[in-house]
Amino acid sequence: MSQSLVTMSYIVATILFILSLSGLSNQETSRRGNYFGMLGMAIAIFATVLSGAVTSYAILFSALAVGGLIGLFAAKKVEMTQMPELVAIMHSLVGMAAVLVGYANFMDPSTNLTGVEKTIHEVEIYLGILIGAVTFSGSVIAFGKLSEKISGKPLLLPARHWLNLGLLLGTVYLGYVFLHQTENGGGLYPLLGMAVLALLFGIHMVMAIGGADMPVVVSMLNSYSGWAASATGFMLNNDLLIVTGALVGSSGAILSYIMCRAMNRHFLSVIAGGFGTASGGEAAVVEGEVHPIDAEETARLLLDAKNIMIIPGYGMAVAQAQHTVNEITKFLRDKGKKVGFGIHPVAGRMPGHMNVLLAEAKVPYDIVYEMDEINEDWDKVDVSIVIGANDIVNPSALDDPNSPIAGMPVLECWKGDTTIVMKRSMASGYAGVGNPLFVKDNTRMLFGDANKMLQEVLKALKG
Amino acid sequence: MKIGVPKEIHPGEKRVATTPEAAEQLIKLGFTVSIESGAGVNADISDAVYQKVGVEIVNDAKTLWETADIVMKVRAPEQHPELGINEIDLLPTGGCLISFIWPAQNEELMNKLAAKGATVLAMDSVPRISRAQKLDALSSMANIAGYRAIVEAAQHFGRFFTGQITAAGKIPPAKVLVIGAGVAGLAAIGAAKSMGAIVRSFDTRPEVKEQIESMDAEFLMLDFKEEGSGTGGYAKTMSKEFIEAEMALFAQQALEVDIIVTTALIPGKPAPKLITEAMVKSMKPGSVIVDLAAEQGGNCELTEKNEVVVKNGVTLIGYTNLPSRLANQSSQLYATNLRHLLTDLTPEKNGVINVNMDDEVIRGTTVIKEGKITWPPPPPTLSVAPAAKAEVPKTVTAEKPAPSPLKQFLPFLVIGALLFWVGSAAPTAFMSHFTVFVLACFIGYQVIWNVTPALHTPLMSVTNAISGIIVIGALVQISSPTQIVMILAGLGILLASINIAGGFLVTRRMLEMFRK
Repeated sequence: MSQSLVTMSYIVATILFILSLSGLSNQETSRRGNYFGMLGMAIAIFATVLSGAVTSYAILFSALAVGGLIGLFAAKKVEMTQMPELVAIMHSLVGMAAVLVGYANFMDPSTNLTGVEKTIHEVEIYLGILIGAVTFSGSVIAFGKLSEKISGKPLLLPARHWLNLGLLLGTVYLGYVFLHQTENGGGLYPLLGMAVLALLFGIHMVMAIGGADMPVVVSMLNSYSGWAASATGFMLNNDLLIVTGALVGSSGAILSYIMCRAMNRHFLSVIAGGFGTASGGEAAVVEGEVHPIDAEETARLLLDAKNIMIIPGYGMAVAQAQHTVNEITKFLRDKGKKVGFGIHPVAGRMPGHMNVLLAEAKVPYDIVYEMDEINEDWDKVDVSIVIGANDIVNPSALDDPNSPIAGMPVLECWKGDTTIVMKRSMASGYAGVGNPLFVKDNTRMLFGDANKMLQEVLKALKG
Repeated sequence: MKIGVPKEIHPGEKRVATTPEAAEQLIKLGFTVSIESGAGVNADISDAVYQKVGVEIVNDAKTLWETADIVMKVRAPEQHPELGINEIDLLPTGGCLISFIWPAQNEELMNKLAAKGATVLAMDSVPRISRAQKLDALSSMANIAGYRAIVEAAQHFGRFFTGQITAAGKIPPAKVLVIGAGVAGLAAIGAAKSMGAIVRSFDTRPEVKEQIESMDAEFLMLDFKEEGSGTGGYAKTMSKEFIEAEMALFAQQALEVDIIVTTALIPGKPAPKLITEAMVKSMKPGSVIVDLAAEQGGNCELTEKNEVVVKNGVTLIGYTNLPSRLANQSSQLYATNLRHLLTDLTPEKNGVINVNMDDEVIRGTTVIKEGKITWPPPPPTLSVAPAAKAEVPKTVTAEKPAPSPLKQFLPFLVIGALLFWVGSAAPTAFMSHFTVFVLACFIGYQVIWNVTPALHTPLMSVTNAISGIIVIGALVQISSPTQIVMILAGLGILLASINIAGGFLVTRRMLEMFRK
């Protein structure tokens, strides 16, 4: 295949990728978009394989086949509640691949550049490996945290900002050494040293971030994996890689931005880890009496209500309660009640997590609303059910300027007639913030495992 | 421990301190419950129903009092008409009594009980905090009294409450004035409103305006600045000027309204006189005044306690036993209040009460502990502080100070300088790639903002798959003659292809699930 034909194939692939992403703008076109993506990828791979630069087919096809089968298996087997873990581990694979490609490129004797071009090329290799390594180790830690193999609590080392700065200066210094040594044909050791520093940096960065900030981390790593691909593209003078990497990179960056905005946090403060960077005084202490109820009373409240809103949070995912939620929804809708779902952007552990879970349970997506769509209408809601969510329904975000989550937009369910909060116990949410919602007069607490309690509610509804 | 419930002996008192439902719960708490035969008859509850849930029936009052560890009553102890002995003397030494006591008005009774070494919990002294609402018998009784006040008024009022236009002529709606919008007042407003009357209400505490209006009644404003809120959510005595303005308002209202319900009470003081004889005279004949404060001397000068009198054509109702006139309902609520109190008293559920003076609710309710008078308790603080709260939101909405111009433009300057440096140093080949890169970032930016938030997870998995494009980088290196490069590239292909296959397939799986 001629070089021009390969380039043309790449252009087609690029366009297909863009169409694939724009297909996700709504549910109807999204499936088609995914097929565009597959087609684009197939075209790109075939064009490259046939381009004449490739001769070792045996190792190529066996690697493609083995990798493809592993991916196939993972995609078949994964539970929808485990999506964040899967996404995180796949980011790490991209990061690792970028590192490998970077080293391979560095060691490839066939590149013959001189002067500025050589320097630029080496900077590209250096950056490609750097971003790839950070993505890799960060994603592995994120995977560990999401799958609870590592504690979700932020690890706050003393002087952690200085540590980060030290690592940064170390990589800059090693970069200088690397450029210096490559002039004489060396440079492998600074390159390896930098990779170690980058791996440490990735680990430390994600370790310092808590469980509820995971949506930001996952989308940030998504972005990094894109930039890693882009840097590889620069290194190999390959526009397809540059464009695709840039698309993925900006996608992840926008998602991180949306997630940060949904928590009213500055991106840098999330990355720096920990809470309480901006709050001045002490947050108000929550006092009052909670009003516990049981499943039967919950059922009675639901039967008396006309307009019901369900607010799912990470707790629903943990308890795997989405199917029971759907059965209750179906039952109530058959009784002629209006049932909706209110989704906070950061509910769950990754962007859109709740939507996927509800979709898995066959909840129709046209009754699943975004926060902005429903926050005006709470006074029309008779009963809202909060399932395993805490910070996203915390009124102190709005009325307590000293609260660590002050200014974060929240679902204002307390403006409805009655709010039922399903919770395991009275422990505070991830942010460690007390929630005045729980002691409001129109709030009822239903304690217990979300799935078990919802099943009891369903039984009481039917009985 | 054994709980004894005697028959009420106060004339006209029809309530009983426990119901079969409540008794069942008490037995679950580990108590044994006995009741004097016929105690529930006036509240339409027969002995047999009590017996069914395991309550022991005792035939004479004396045995009941003597064998009980805890005596639960409605009214405070008084002279027993049949036995000719005071109920206090029936109480065993060191026994426990739970009933209405009114310690402020009944000093003698308090001393006698203390002398007996008794422990006394007064249902009228339950602190007004939100945790104690479930055992606040004053509120539950006041609610009934307010409702019944309207029923009594309707009974003596010669007209409709609701307005109608009939073939035989127009019926104007009755106008009802409710003075004092506490629990009883609000219940009266609700009852009168649901019968179709036009309801107005007045209260010295401005914070109840919202509650009155929420019940669709009209709040009468007094053009006078003075707060009437005392501690614990009750009203306090107002200044002389305020009272004059208030009286003028009532005098004017008396000319207009058909029914007045007065519920004004100040804790520990005689009821304020709000309706004068002159006002009664100015009312239309056939009007009705229900004075819920009759027990404490009445809000109207002409009220006669426990009587219905007609003066100047106006019917004045001074019943003090309104809750008793709905005996079954009020017994149920009172029994539930008592049951909640006992639940709090027996945290172990072992049938032994523990008068824990560290518990704010129990502390407030206990007026005598083991012969020691513990009344009055330290004052409870008002749980809501509206004044302090109102200012908080302002600070939240306060605008952030506009960033200084330097701060605003610094990023642009830095980016500009960087671009300039890259442009001046980099070779052309790099620049063409850079062009592609920047444009791709912009396309990405435009496309991604259009993605619906519901599909953010599929977006991440599909970008995951697409970022597997890095496989191209590995593919072009796989045929390198150097072994190590080949191995690295092979591994790269392996990893990237996991991503490609996994990412696309899991996205497909997810998107298949999104159904309308």
